[in-house]
Amino acid sequence: MKLSLGPILYYWTKQKTLEFYEQAADSDVDIIYLGETVCSKRRELSAQDWIDLAKSLSQSGKQVVLSTLTLLAAESELKVLRKLCNNGDIMVEANDMAGVQLMSEQGVPFVSGPAINVYNARALKVMKKQGVCRWVMPVELGRDTLQDLLSDAKDMGVLDGLETEVYAYGRLPLAYSARCFTARYYDLPKDNCQLKCIDHPEGLSVHSQEDDELFSLNGIQTMSGRTYNLEGELSTMQGMSVDIARISPELGITFDKVDQFRKALAGSAQTIALAEAECNGYWFKVPGMDQVISAE
Amino acid sequence: MELVCPAGSLSALKVAVDSGADAVYIGFKDDTNARHFAGLNFADKKAQNGLDYARQKGVKVFVAINTYSQAAGWSRWQKAVDTAQDLGVSALICADMAVLDYASERYPDLPLHLSVQGSATNYETLKFYKNNFGIRRAVLPRVLSLKQVEAVAKYSPVELEVFAFGSLCIMAEGRCYLSSYLTDESPNTCGACSPAKDVRWEQTDAGLEARLNNVLIDRFEEGENAGYPTLCKGRFKTGDRTFHAIEEPTSLNTVELIPELHAAGIKAVKIEGRQRSPAYVENVVRTWRRAIDHYKMNPDNFKVKKQWKDDLAKVSEGNQTTLGAYTRAWQ
Repeated sequence: MKLSLGPILYYWTKQKTLEFYEQAADSDVDIIYLGETVCSKRRELSAQDWIDLAKSLSQSGKQVVLSTLTLLAAESELKVLRKLCNNGDIMVEANDMAGVQLMSEQGVPFVSGPAINVYNARALKVMKKQGVCRWVMPVELGRDTLQDLLSDAKDMGVLDGLETEVYAYGRLPLAYSARCFTARYYDLPKDNCQLKCIDHPEGLSVHSQEDDELFSLNGIQTMSGRTYNLEGELSTMQGMSVDIARISPELGITFDKVDQFRKALAGSAQTIALAEAECNGYWFKVPGMDQVISAE
Repeated sequence: MELVCPAGSLSALKVAVDSGADAVYIGFKDDTNARHFAGLNFADKKAQNGLDYARQKGVKVFVAINTYSQAAGWSRWQKAVDTAQDLGVSALICADMAVLDYASERYPDLPLHLSVQGSATNYETLKFYKNNFGIRRAVLPRVLSLKQVEAVAKYSPVELEVFAFGSLCIMAEGRCYLSSYLTDESPNTCGACSPAKDVRWEQTDAGLEARLNNVLIDRFEEGENAGYPTLCKGRFKTGDRTFHAIEEPTSLNTVELIPELHAAGIKAVKIEGRQRSPAYVENVVRTWRRAIDHYKMNPDNFKVKKQWKDDLAKVSEGNQTTLGAYTRAWQ
């Protein structure tokens, strides 16, 4: 099974971002996704910067994929999307049907990202017809659904030449809104948000009035408060012919996680226990925030 | 502009039809629709009765089959499409590519609308659904500003329907898993958000507490209006603040935008609320019928009447309404 690095979901400074990808180039991942998937106002790196960075990263021997915006409403956002889809070289991850439409028009193979609602094999078949060569399971789905889906897809002959990727580590992208919640916290209108999310490279924590960590606000995106961690499920995934496990960048700890996942895959990990602030509920079809201790 | 109205029961359907709906939308009694609540929706016979009633009065019936099927349940989604076809409904409202694919292949003459759960926020996405499934209409999510709605409408290859009134989903519909993160059900998988089975109310010394799967969503002091604990409308702690960090209880009301929506070429306006009572349906549908008719009679001189606002405020969450994402200031 391969390991991938998902796109950075937070707004990091240009310097932090470039340093991150220098490390990524030397790390033990097979695939690197990069690009702005959350908010078009985040321009520390322009679309051209992302394309250039992607091209230079592909020299490292890793497969590089440009991830596209998830919620596209403005014409200017479609323009950036077209630029990324027409880059002519680097593979694209579509996170909205607009990206799917543009890539299928081009007839170039592409990745269907976690924000594309593929909940069953028939939907996957439709996506494959558009040119999808890899799909990332929506994060609210888990093991049993995936098992059924892959089994149906196999019967339908959809799996040939199609890779399956599972979001396996990081805070979960749970929702997208018209409203910017970070700006709301600062009592700023979205049109004058002052790009406050750059001050929150791990998101802005939302707790219940009883101090349960519920969510993390990341601009227009709402993320899980707890960090999703399927490290203990990697061997199950291997048995299910999942091709790729995705690690979503988290400040400071990403590459340690890459090493840990690599060890777990090699079977040389010590017992894998989740930290208190981690969850894996979705994989076991219980509330996503729950932590289930695997029977294995 | 067509007035599309919710009907969670046969009595709500009749009231909607009698109050001036041009179309009503219903769901079947299972998880194939996004208002899968106990005591709501239509079994086959009720659906037939509803359809007969609406048809006699020249009102269309749409059926929402707008959740996402998972492998084990596919036969229910398939059956829902077959049943709707057999009933002879005016259109299906769907989101799942599998359901759209099946319906368009099996019943090419059955009109398909892309549900709001399909998350179409731009015209490239609409092209995708038109090219692949021949959809005739799409319902836009409540995340677009008026300007953005106008821009989508300008290049849209299909008719557009927008939300006019009702509970305000603050997240892009079809792209929100907050509910399945705290409970085990979400709109996409089960047709439920913040499901009632997980709600607990408890009077404590600190106030009336509303919990969802044990998570404290809000705590109300005496005299405060205690609304249903929809998880995005709770009061939470962020930094040094305790407030409605995501959204406060409020309803969308766009009655004042009727001229703009009409000018943008919007084909239909939708009233939210299949889970609401016939009394709500009657009030909202009647008021909107008056407003649209008033506009049609004198399009250049449209003014929102105070009476409409008052009537609609009565049935709004927290007794307040907003223009929501249609205005940039709210965003």
